[in-house]
Amino acid sequence: MHVPVPPHREGGTSFPSPHDIPAGHHAKPAIDCEGAETRDMAYGLVRVLNDDDEAVGDWDPGLDAETLRQALEHMVRIRAYDDRMMKMQRQGRLSFYMKCLGEEAVSVGAAMAMENRDIVIPSYRQQGLLFVRGRSMVDMISHCITNSNDNVKGRQMPVHYSWKEGNFVSISSPVGTQFPQAVGAAMAFAYRGEDSIACSWLGEGTSAQGDFHYGLNFASVYRAPCVLVVVNNQWAISTHRNLAHGGPSFAARGIPYDVASMRVDGQDFLAVYAAHKWATERARAGHGPTLLEMYTYRGDSHSSSDDPSIYRPGNEYDSWPLGDPVDRLKAHLMKLGEWDDERHAALEEQCTKEIIAAYKEAETHGTLKDGPFPSVSTLFEDVYEKEPWHLLEQRGEVGI
Amino acid sequence: MAQMSIIQAVNSALHNMFERDETVVSFGEDAGYYGGVFRCTAGLQEKFGKHRAFDTPLAEGGIMGIAIGMGMNGLRPVAEIQFADYIFPGFDQITNELAKLRYRSGGEYSAPVTIRTPCGGGIKGGHYHSQSPEAYFTHTPGLKVVICSNPYDAKGLLISSIECNDPVIFFEPKRLYNGPFDGDHTAAMVKWDSHPKGEVPEEYYSIPLGKAETIREGNDVTILCYGTMVHVASAAVENNGIDAEIIDLRTLVPLDIDAIEDSVRKTGRCVIVHEAPRTSGFGAELMSLVQERCFWHLEGPIQRVTGWDTPYPHSLEWDYFPSQARIIEAVQATMEE
Repeated sequence: MHVPVPPHREGGTSFPSPHDIPAGHHAKPAIDCEGAETRDMAYGLVRVLNDDDEAVGDWDPGLDAETLRQALEHMVRIRAYDDRMMKMQRQGRLSFYMKCLGEEAVSVGAAMAMENRDIVIPSYRQQGLLFVRGRSMVDMISHCITNSNDNVKGRQMPVHYSWKEGNFVSISSPVGTQFPQAVGAAMAFAYRGEDSIACSWLGEGTSAQGDFHYGLNFASVYRAPCVLVVVNNQWAISTHRNLAHGGPSFAARGIPYDVASMRVDGQDFLAVYAAHKWATERARAGHGPTLLEMYTYRGDSHSSSDDPSIYRPGNEYDSWPLGDPVDRLKAHLMKLGEWDDERHAALEEQCTKEIIAAYKEAETHGTLKDGPFPSVSTLFEDVYEKEPWHLLEQRGEVGI
Repeated sequence: MAQMSIIQAVNSALHNMFERDETVVSFGEDAGYYGGVFRCTAGLQEKFGKHRAFDTPLAEGGIMGIAIGMGMNGLRPVAEIQFADYIFPGFDQITNELAKLRYRSGGEYSAPVTIRTPCGGGIKGGHYHSQSPEAYFTHTPGLKVVICSNPYDAKGLLISSIECNDPVIFFEPKRLYNGPFDGDHTAAMVKWDSHPKGEVPEEYYSIPLGKAETIREGNDVTILCYGTMVHVASAAVENNGIDAEIIDLRTLVPLDIDAIEDSVRKTGRCVIVHEAPRTSGFGAELMSLVQERCFWHLEGPIQRVTGWDTPYPHSLEWDYFPSQARIIEAVQATMEE
């Protein structure tokens, strides 16, 4: 019996095969093209930034320097936030944390290409969406501490954000369930004749779930205005991507469903933005769904609970042939003469300061060690719209 | 007042709700053009359009997934699962997603989804067209669980379920679709025409969730039942001259505990009847509640009459299906000094 193994494990030296597809290789199809016309991109790689840090080709979204600086600022802030939060977790001030190192462009590019009215149903590594949509860091941190200011009332583990005001749907831990839900949310927009869309993310490991296929199939059948994203960060905890499927590409899964599909360099902000812009416009115009594979790398552990050094090579991220999203956008801006090392260092320092201040403010609403936590009374709320007798009775047993 | 079967009553409820609320949509396998394998959604697509009543791919997990997405984005979906036996591919979406959405989002998100599904046996359906899986769902906080036993209730309860902002699983006992069934499979089929509960207004009305109905008053023993067993228990009592009080629970979650307590305190005896297997069946919950709340009023041990702890059989269906005779035995057992 054949059981695939990763190309390298811990102690090894890993240089994953780089994609030799150059930036600018793929032409951008019309937004009303047939799904099958995207086949080359499903097996290829949409890239904009070349090795000389220049934006090239049909997919160059032509963003101005101010927008690029905004994107860089979001990514730097997310990275600083993640670093701080993981530090706090190590100090015991958070119960759990998940960083998105290496994947910052995946969510920032998506959010900047969409409107805030578009519903996003993410997995647990798209915190970037919240930054772009402008959620308060104090509220985000309060959720992660599960203090009295946690809008989900301390009911979920950290990073399971919910923010209805920003059309960011509550994250659930079961992986993949969000795909058919996003299709349903998209169908509701279409039903009302609105041109908003739904967008959802899952990891390449999760693409093995039935929900991934339900989502693609239902999206295809009803031509739902949605963008479905597989974040291929190569690793599902310790499970290498080659155990998630037997094929060469996750984007290629969309082609037999007649869903427009493409693989995108997830380290290239411009490519991520351009692909989402295309897919979003296609969905808005009623031409149906798109499957995007974000080809990226999980730069750190799965979560605060695992140690990647015991299951994969330690140098893999440094050796990642497609580089780091912050480094690449920074280099591009510098090439344009719109950024420099001093400004970058100042930005990093400013972000760290903001986060330390936000953390301090969040802790005024309670700390993990001492609270205050959401009141015990909230334990029985929101199970139903109104508490039925059996919950009222159980509430009575607790004495609240 | 019209005479309706449960199928027609369900259909009438859907027509009423489609007219009243344009956020109500209905979908499922064969539930669009064809109107459902049991015809419960007949005429909806023709009258309201295929965007409101539509067919789906054969994937219960996908059906549940899109229902949740629609529900969280302003619609009021009524999803049909063709047979309750096939609900399990959607189990994760129902129990981990739909049931918990309001709670886990701190009340920010919810999805007012109604899941309609035919349940129960008595139709020679073998183990994949006869199951009664209600206990899996009563065990999941966040879901409401409803089961009808006649056309009048079917319509009123379904309308309340659709209007409910919490997710509801609405079980339709398929043996009762076309007529009441007293458990005697050798007797000729009876239709709803001659039954008082077959009289159903064409107009909108609702029956509140969480309210049981005492369908027969009596003094010696309380029989708690729902779905098809309401009719089997009624016939057993009538045919044997027992002074029993019969309660059709109608809603399992939230349960009408007052009706149960009042009756058992009066009669001092309790028999619980359901089709589903015994171990961890909903009867176990009912027994616990009666014991906890009425112990000092009980004059005999509480009895259960249920399906056996086997898969639902095909050729031996009538050895599995709770019979009038077994109900009488249980009544006698609880009456013994």
